[in-house]
Amino acid sequence: MTTMISYVFLQHYWWMIISLLAGLLVFLMFVQGGQSMIFSLPGNETQKRMLVNAMGRKWEFTFTTLVTFGGAFFASFPLFYATSFGGAYWVWIAILFSFIIQAIAYEYRSKPANVYGQKTFDIFLLINGTLGPFLIGTAVATFFTGSDFNLDIMNSVKWGTGWHGLEALLDPRNTALGLAVLFLARTNGLLYLLNTIDDDDLSSRSVKKLMVNAVCFLVFFLFFLVTLILSSGLTITSGAPGILVDHYKYLHNFLQMPAVLIIFLAGVIFVLTGIGITVFKGSRKGIWYAGAGTVITVFALFLVAGFNNSTFYPSVSDFRSSLTIYNASSSYFTLKTMMYVSFIIPFVIAYIWYAWKAINKRKITSGEMNEEGDLY
Amino acid sequence: MIEHLDMSLVDWSRAQFALTAIYHWIFVPLTLGLSFLIAIMETIYVRTGNEEWKRMTRFWMTLFGINFAIGIATGIILEFEFGTNWSNYSWFVGDIFGAPLAIEGILAFFLESTFVAVMFFGWNKVSKKFHLTSTWLVAVGANLSALWILVANAWMQNPVGMTFNPDTARNEMVSFWAVLFNPVAVDKFLHAIFSGFLLASIFVLGISAWFLLKKREGWMAKRSILIAAIFGLISSLTVAFTGDNSAKTIASVQPVKFAAMEAHYYGSENVGLTAFGVLKKSDQKIGEKAIMDFAFRIKIPGFLSIMTGGDVNTYVPGIKDLVYGEDDSRQILSVADKIRKGIFARNVLNDYKRALMVNDTEQIRVIKKQYFQDKKFMEENFRYFGYAFLMKPEDAVPNVSLSFYSFHLMVMLGFFFILVCSVSMFLVLKGSISKHRWFLWIALLSIPLAYIASEAGWVLAEAGRQPWIIQDLMPVTRAVSQISASSVMTTFILFAVLFTALLIAEVSIMLRQIKTGPKHQEDKL
Repeated sequence: MTTMISYVFLQHYWWMIISLLAGLLVFLMFVQGGQSMIFSLPGNETQKRMLVNAMGRKWEFTFTTLVTFGGAFFASFPLFYATSFGGAYWVWIAILFSFIIQAIAYEYRSKPANVYGQKTFDIFLLINGTLGPFLIGTAVATFFTGSDFNLDIMNSVKWGTGWHGLEALLDPRNTALGLAVLFLARTNGLLYLLNTIDDDDLSSRSVKKLMVNAVCFLVFFLFFLVTLILSSGLTITSGAPGILVDHYKYLHNFLQMPAVLIIFLAGVIFVLTGIGITVFKGSRKGIWYAGAGTVITVFALFLVAGFNNSTFYPSVSDFRSSLTIYNASSSYFTLKTMMYVSFIIPFVIAYIWYAWKAINKRKITSGEMNEEGDLY
Repeated sequence: MIEHLDMSLVDWSRAQFALTAIYHWIFVPLTLGLSFLIAIMETIYVRTGNEEWKRMTRFWMTLFGINFAIGIATGIILEFEFGTNWSNYSWFVGDIFGAPLAIEGILAFFLESTFVAVMFFGWNKVSKKFHLTSTWLVAVGANLSALWILVANAWMQNPVGMTFNPDTARNEMVSFWAVLFNPVAVDKFLHAIFSGFLLASIFVLGISAWFLLKKREGWMAKRSILIAAIFGLISSLTVAFTGDNSAKTIASVQPVKFAAMEAHYYGSENVGLTAFGVLKKSDQKIGEKAIMDFAFRIKIPGFLSIMTGGDVNTYVPGIKDLVYGEDDSRQILSVADKIRKGIFARNVLNDYKRALMVNDTEQIRVIKKQYFQDKKFMEENFRYFGYAFLMKPEDAVPNVSLSFYSFHLMVMLGFFFILVCSVSMFLVLKGSISKHRWFLWIALLSIPLAYIASEAGWVLAEAGRQPWIIQDLMPVTRAVSQISASSVMTTFILFAVLFTALLIAEVSIMLRQIKTGPKHQEDKL
């Protein structure tokens, strides 16, 4: 077995797993997208409760995927974990803060004696719903645009600015991806609501909002995409000097990896199809197209960041400190051991699907909000 | 590097991690144990079809849900703080430590999060059996997640199954099974989860006792007491047994921590175990640290020797012996010697890294062959690598008072809980528990004591390991992220305010739900 599986294969395999988790995470952030409209979408309290209960029954999935994404990154590319989390401190802390307040907001918002009142917890949901996707999108954009850091001989990270990650907000490419992820999450949130809730008024409000959010998503996403393919990036070479600047690195990555380009385009088409059949044909199944498209598109974008001798976490101040799937990965033994563990993922997806279907087989109605049961 | 270290950064980083861990551990043990108690109650409901059991299950499930959410919220911070605040550590051991965390996510968290939704929202949507299976899977998932994080923590106490790779300047896993079946991990996992079961049992006992004191919900309270007492008694006995095993393992792999737990400074045979003691500072010192003496002590003669080696003639080294070394017959290496060996190992590594930088292939080959491929060098020098970063031998000693009191508090309360569970079981089976109001008060007041005991266990585990983040290999001072102390101080304050605010809300909601009770809750629904 040892001879059959190479170290390079395992490094690529684990980057694909990370990419898949990233895709699933962005899709599952429809929960955040829904939360971000907690005050603006519903027309009355019952509708607000329906929205909260629709999203609230899925929040653990997003949360767990984020935790697993972090854990998998730690296990497979620990140098990224050390460099980015230890360096871009404030961005990650802000993301964490927004997720702490989400976890308890659902459970506590409608409970008696919750001390701070329902509105406070609803504001927590709004903050997480807005800041979570935006900051995660901004942080991921630095996988392409780079950060100001260097690593010493023992791989200890020194961040170049005292802002510790917040400086990423000053680059319009980063904020564009952050906003694209936010509006995609809102778009998917609306599509999910249309699929889950049986309420005519809330549905028509969702469709109206869907068009605005979809257009915003497309504008920011296209801006990011165009700047990306026009951007220079770093490429690893086998001999000296080791790392070179490639002026159209990501355009080259798309062209040199046609399979990834096809996956990427397919993903975009799926997202547009999901939006299109909802807006123009009144379908309620748009979330499945847009959701699948989101997973595929993000998956392909991550492959563009990490494959084809790219630096998936470039340093703008010291090219040699840039992280690649080769220099940032765990050892051969760990990646191989972890690969065996990863074989359980299809089984995990299968039981998630089964449980999801079981809970979602009955649509949420305004009547249910007054029935016996646990409600948020 | 160590010379330029900002100690306030280390202190704030430690404080932040301790704060998060302490808050997290307020919520986790209840989740671990209550999930099984709920599953047992629901099983009885499904088997008997008696709606009273369902009502009872749902009441405890509501309390479980309130606690579960905040446990998750604090848990995510812990995971990410390894990176944000301990980035050097993350790289140095990520190859080993990251794997259990990832497995935790893939195997345990998804199981937990998937079926917890069915557990709460599936009562009218799925069959009884599917619902019951989901409840059991939540319990399994919660405890499985504890396994992996405890495996990771155990590795920090006793690093095994790895080798140092000079090219990457980190430790790399060579045996997954050695990491998983690390003796510290086995003891720690069993001790921690059964302590969680015990805490949940005491929680259920205490709240049920309150209902009986208020002459409310008698049917539910008595049955809850019976289940919790049996579950708690089994758990408390297992905690005692695994605790004993754990102490033996600590004596072997972390002898300084073991000596600190007992405030045992001078090695000898026939050493007694302190059953109860009050410490005071003596005139003698180890370095700048005063040696702690006993102001008062109840001792079980010879028992510490018996605990560690099986008979009273077993020699148990004291803190002073472990710091300054012992004569040749004991073969205890002094910390000063370990520091010398560590510095030698660090210098060899630095030479190697320099050779790598200038691509001096001959020098790389020579150093690798002469040192890193030499078993003797690795066993006699490199195993003390972390000592190179200690400033003086006395730095190897953890806070003795903290270790001593946290250990003894935990043990005393552990025995007290065996008594509480036994008496509860006896009285409820006798049918007279409602008449013994004094005991109901004891059961109720035991709830905070269970939390104190549980936290004390972790204080001992983590504070007793100091100055190491990884025993003998990396001190906390070397592991910290290079960010400003003021940044960490700011986030510490933010976390402290937020966690406290959330805890206040949690307790308030929990108290209201308990006061409301199951009947009223059902009526409302």
